[in-house]
Amino acid sequence: MRMDTMASNVGGVGAGDCYRNSGRRTVYSMCGMCAVRCPIEVTVEDGRVVWLQGNPHDKAIGASLCAKGSAGLAFEFDDQRPQTPLICMGTRGGGKWRRASWDEALDYIADKLHETIDAFGGRGIALSDRGGPFNDLTRTFVQALGSPNYFNHDAGCGGNVHNAARSIYGFGHEGLIPDLGHAKHLVLYGRNLVESLMVKEAKAFMAAMANGMRCTYIDPRASLTACKATRYWQVRPNSDYALNLAIIHEVLKQEAYDKDFVARFVSGMDYLREAVKDTTPEWQESHTGLPAGQIRAFVKEIAADVPRVVFHPGWMSARHKQSFYVSRTALILNALMGNIEIPGGFVLGKPPEHYGRKGLNHLTDRVPKVEEVWRVDGAGTARPQWDPEIGMLHQAFAAMETGQPYGIGAYFAYRHDPLTGLPDPEATKRALEKLKLLVSIDVRYSEMGWFADVILPEATYLERANILCQMNGPVPVFAMRDQAIAPRFDSRPAWWIFREILRRMGIKEALDFETIEELWNYQLDGTGVTVSEMREAGIVGLAAAPKLIPRNELRFPTPSGKIEIESEILKQAGLQSLPAYVPKEAPAGDNFTLLFAKTATLAHGQSLNNPLLNERAPEQVLWIHPDRATPLGIGDGDEVEITGGGAYSGRLKARVTPWIHPEAVFMLHGYGATVPLATRALGRGVADQRLQHGKLYDFDPAGGGCAMTETIVRIKPAAATVKNTVGGGNQ
Amino acid sequence: MSTYILHHDEASCISCLACEVHCKTNKDLGPGPDPCKIVTIGPLDVGGQPRMRIVFMPCFHCEDPWCVRACPTGAMQRREKDGIVFVQFSLCIGCKSCIAACPWGTPQWDPDTRKVVKCDYCKDRLDAGLQPACVTKCVTGCLSFGVANELPDPRRERYARQIVAEDWLGSGQEKP
Repeated sequence: MRMDTMASNVGGVGAGDCYRNSGRRTVYSMCGMCAVRCPIEVTVEDGRVVWLQGNPHDKAIGASLCAKGSAGLAFEFDDQRPQTPLICMGTRGGGKWRRASWDEALDYIADKLHETIDAFGGRGIALSDRGGPFNDLTRTFVQALGSPNYFNHDAGCGGNVHNAARSIYGFGHEGLIPDLGHAKHLVLYGRNLVESLMVKEAKAFMAAMANGMRCTYIDPRASLTACKATRYWQVRPNSDYALNLAIIHEVLKQEAYDKDFVARFVSGMDYLREAVKDTTPEWQESHTGLPAGQIRAFVKEIAADVPRVVFHPGWMSARHKQSFYVSRTALILNALMGNIEIPGGFVLGKPPEHYGRKGLNHLTDRVPKVEEVWRVDGAGTARPQWDPEIGMLHQAFAAMETGQPYGIGAYFAYRHDPLTGLPDPEATKRALEKLKLLVSIDVRYSEMGWFADVILPEATYLERANILCQMNGPVPVFAMRDQAIAPRFDSRPAWWIFREILRRMGIKEALDFETIEELWNYQLDGTGVTVSEMREAGIVGLAAAPKLIPRNELRFPTPSGKIEIESEILKQAGLQSLPAYVPKEAPAGDNFTLLFAKTATLAHGQSLNNPLLNERAPEQVLWIHPDRATPLGIGDGDEVEITGGGAYSGRLKARVTPWIHPEAVFMLHGYGATVPLATRALGRGVADQRLQHGKLYDFDPAGGGCAMTETIVRIKPAAATVKNTVGGGNQ
Repeated sequence: MSTYILHHDEASCISCLACEVHCKTNKDLGPGPDPCKIVTIGPLDVGGQPRMRIVFMPCFHCEDPWCVRACPTGAMQRREKDGIVFVQFSLCIGCKSCIAACPWGTPQWDPDTRKVVKCDYCKDRLDAGLQPACVTKCVTGCLSFGVANELPDPRRERYARQIVAEDWLGSGQEKP
């Protein structure tokens, strides 16, 4: 299976002899097969990667790795990825490309950036990535060009929960780290943690369950996580805010909360009592479909376990227009449990300074701040409830299309594929059409890459080094992605790519490093950690053991210094801290709410073209409840047609099962790719994001996340005579 | 049977299929053959809760393996010292007799080599003092490998731990 076609990168970055030497080496690095970025140990023999496993220096992962992680080998040896810079000839998405040298491609980009700056100013340049610990580099690039418009992917992922945490605790939810090892009860709102897999989290979860932790899992569909939970609640789609208002009502009524903690650290209890005074367990019955008695029994059960009850606020929360408040109420429940900064609750993420250490030096400090220019999405200004550190990408697309509040002329999608990750790619393309320049920097052929003007091939995670990253946690760590092998093709690491663009724009000082080691030394200067220490283990902890903040020193970075149930930020934004629940109409007839998720072998759209993951990928089927399927004449295994209100339709087999709520249908996400050069993914299955017609600009105003699961689809039996229409290629 | 036991603790398994890919990458296999296989059935209704049934299917390494008897060239062999049943690739002619003979369809056809490949407990790794690939990198640790009777049964251990947890939860006291 392995191929030895080595394209020319003889003079390229990271092509030195040290990566081709004979013999066996161990390199500590970081996986790149999804955005979790697990620590890995890479074994290299004679310049080839022969084994990948978890990095045992991180006890929480040990040698464990998921299917995607192991399939990194198949990815590395796959030729179906961009091998040189490519410049689009003719119309965007037309599929006509020519190979270009790096000089030519980078000059082309610089010319277009100058055009953009002339027309829109520096602020007319935007970049998005998938967030995470490496964005000091991408932020620096954007800032150096004089733009405030850096975005992560949270408009289609964790934006709602991030901003909800910010409105209560003063920091994002990533600053709250659940201690599952000591928790007694974990509540999950569709956080499908054994399928939307983070290896360390799944490991900790299963170990905790084996030790007697209880788990309540809430989801209209019984995922694999539901099958591992002690309690499963099949609620009506998008009704979880009603559920939480009722749980809070009952927690207050049964006095099942930590009164001492609440008195000392929580403000707005009167506001809370008022907001939930009528949201009784009986009130929620018609909204969620759960019997009132179950809410009471649940609260009685957790009352015995307070404070070691963890309400997971979620990650993917771009679901509906009150998702922000689902996360917000979950986070309030944690405050009521008094589970903050205790074993078995949420441990706060600590910066190195907490342990008397110095953190990494920021690359962004090397370039002037962009303070006088407002972000194009209004985050932090017109929309104070949105964190300007992450932005809301759909509003960049809105600005591209309308020129309001100002125009965006150039857009970089760095390892990011919003045409798969955000709803309604046709709407996104209409916005992208207005750009002067669209660049995709990626290791694979994404939908966004195929629509770009230029594809810059980044070296794979095994072929490149990244900037170092700092992850704040109970014990903060520095972590490294180190280069294991020479690039197989004419690709480059991101730090080099961004440096070269900036140099062509006359901005030299921002990334003025000749080698990655030079850059690392800048980051590490004064931290007391050296590059060789980093290379020895791949991960360096900055304290011997976690040190909890004593209760009497606990402060929160909110305006009041307390956990704010009634939020100052939301008040400024003219938003309620806990609005009334908006009842959901039940779709009838052939109408259904479309739900989606991933499975453990797939990371969105990026895994399906991998030879080993493609064969692992389940056949995409449509879960539908028998009570709704039967009247439509749909039997288990029948082919059905699904439409979402736009021109796109798809076909897939029905899986008739009571483990999906009757009002919803469910399918896996990440299918229906259209890039012809990625032949294994091409045309396989149905693209749920293309069924989310009209949803790009339909978002939760408080949190900013797209309302993806408010999508209504129509289902009918597929006509037997017509075969293989759009998107139905996997049957 | 072989000296070894490869435990699959279903209760700790999440059907993530990582073991299948770990196995394939250690044997350098492309699409097609699956020397080990996770079979997942469900959700099923078990006392009102959804539950998955998950079965792990590597090779059983039979005491008197039909695949070995069926092999016309002696490629399919049973290792004397520990009972591991494996394919000597240089002798395999790709006739597929072993695939037909095995009651569980364990031997796999590899279209790249046009020979048979099967679970050999990663004897390359065992001989180097390591564990099989599927066990080494298992996400939850639900797979364990060792000499039979020397390996603790995770089901016994978990049962005991849960009993202890229930007792302490019931008493309202902290766990020790």
